Amino acid sequence: MNLTLKVWRQNGPEVKGHMDTHALEGVSPDMSFLEMMDMLNDQIIRAGGEPVAFDHDCREGICGMCSMFINGEAHGPGRGVTTCQLHMRSFNDGDTIAIEPWRAQAFPVIKDLTVDRSAFDRVIQAGGYISVNTSGNTIDANAIPVPKEQADDAFSAATCIGCGACVASCKNASAMLFVSAKVSQFALLPQGQPERESRVQRMVEQMDKEGFGNCTNTGACAVECPKGIDLSNIARMNRDFMSATVKSKK
Amino acid sequence: MSNSGILRSSLAKKYVMALSGLFLCLFLLGHLVGNLQLFNTSAEGQLAFNEYAHFMTTFPLVKLLSYLTYAAVLFHVVDGIALTMQNRKARPTGYVKEKGSANASWSSRNMGILGTIILVFLVSHMQNFWYVMHFGPIGESDGLKDLHTVVMTFFGPENGLAGLAVAGYVLAQFALGFHLIHGFQSGFQSLGLRHSKYSPLIERAGLLFGIGVPTLFASIPVYLFFIQL
Repeated sequence: MNLTLKVWRQNGPEVKGHMDTHALEGVSPDMSFLEMMDMLNDQIIRAGGEPVAFDHDCREGICGMCSMFINGEAHGPGRGVTTCQLHMRSFNDGDTIAIEPWRAQAFPVIKDLTVDRSAFDRVIQAGGYISVNTSGNTIDANAIPVPKEQADDAFSAATCIGCGACVASCKNASAMLFVSAKVSQFALLPQGQPERESRVQRMVEQMDKEGFGNCTNTGACAVECPKGIDLSNIARMNRDFMSATVKSKK
Repeated sequence: MSNSGILRSSLAKKYVMALSGLFLCLFLLGHLVGNLQLFNTSAEGQLAFNEYAHFMTTFPLVKLLSYLTYAAVLFHVVDGIALTMQNRKARPTGYVKEKGSANASWSSRNMGILGTIILVFLVSHMQNFWYVMHFGPIGESDGLKDLHTVVMTFFGPENGLAGLAVAGYVLAQFALGFHLIHGFQSGFQSLGLRHSKYSPLIERAGLLFGIGVPTLFASIPVYLFFIQL
């Protein structure tokens, strides 16, 4: 396959970026998108240029590191896939492919296609955990009975890999799907109950502080989510935040 | 966390948007029922409509409801502008290539524009009917303010711009329809009212509401225009 790639190049967070055009020939349809990017960088380095910086790690769809806004969609045209699991057979010979970083105030560009997603870490630090005494007599989590359906929903929410595709896809750069998945995975389990109300309040407060946008319920996030996190999580967070706010003593 | 912090939160703003929006949906139903009386253009119809208009502007409980409606419109508009401004700030640099249609409906992506069209319509609509009913000049019939004639004249041959008025009215109803198709079910989601059993029903009700209510609203000026040609 021969492709024309339009790639976003930006030297740092404060400088202006631009789209660069590269012709890439002999791409195999069996390559993953990241392998194609490796091939592009090889070509750039051989020509004496600066390779394109992009995030990647496990390359098997579970770490959430790879990002890239490809042809107007987070992780490209596929559904339920990360960029590393997107293959070049999803494109046609002669295609022009636009490749951009996630764009959000809360995700500043570090270089080229890599963005700083530590805003997500700070949301987790604000309340995305359960406080357990680990002094040696920790109770086995499986000792507490959990209804199967409840456990399944909690597991589904917990499959969120924190890639940020929801923020990238949302027209408002809202982080509601990510935060609600992290709220839900605990809200659905008995172990999450003691901190349920303070957790949702603290995580929403941090989400707002980070400068993410608001939710318009367009549903774009759920469509583009590589893990199929669904909108019922957002509704649960809306519910929990309301009841926590009403009951809150402060 | 302080109370003021909670009121400033993005979720609280969405609750306000949802509650005011759903309240305005109820208002639309009430308003529509009143308007449908205009299909009766006989002398009895005129009297009945004017009596209804008199009741709606003087009965204390209805007056209270009307103040609630003004407040809901104000909250919905101000809150909507505040949310939109925040959303713009959340993505200072836009995408070079963005395929919004791939993952979200057109109406859900254009609520602000649709809302603005509705607001422009609302101002002109209140100037043409609400203001005339409250502050005149308006004629009398059977000892009542003759709003029926005001409406008939506005969409009749005496008004040189009646055709334009009907077209504007219909266009605004299209905007309202698309706004409602997304907004109705979105309001429930914002309030956390989502359930695998009931949400499909809410979505269908929203679609029916968003198509039915604006169509019935728009049919009235179209009817009044054509019967007076």
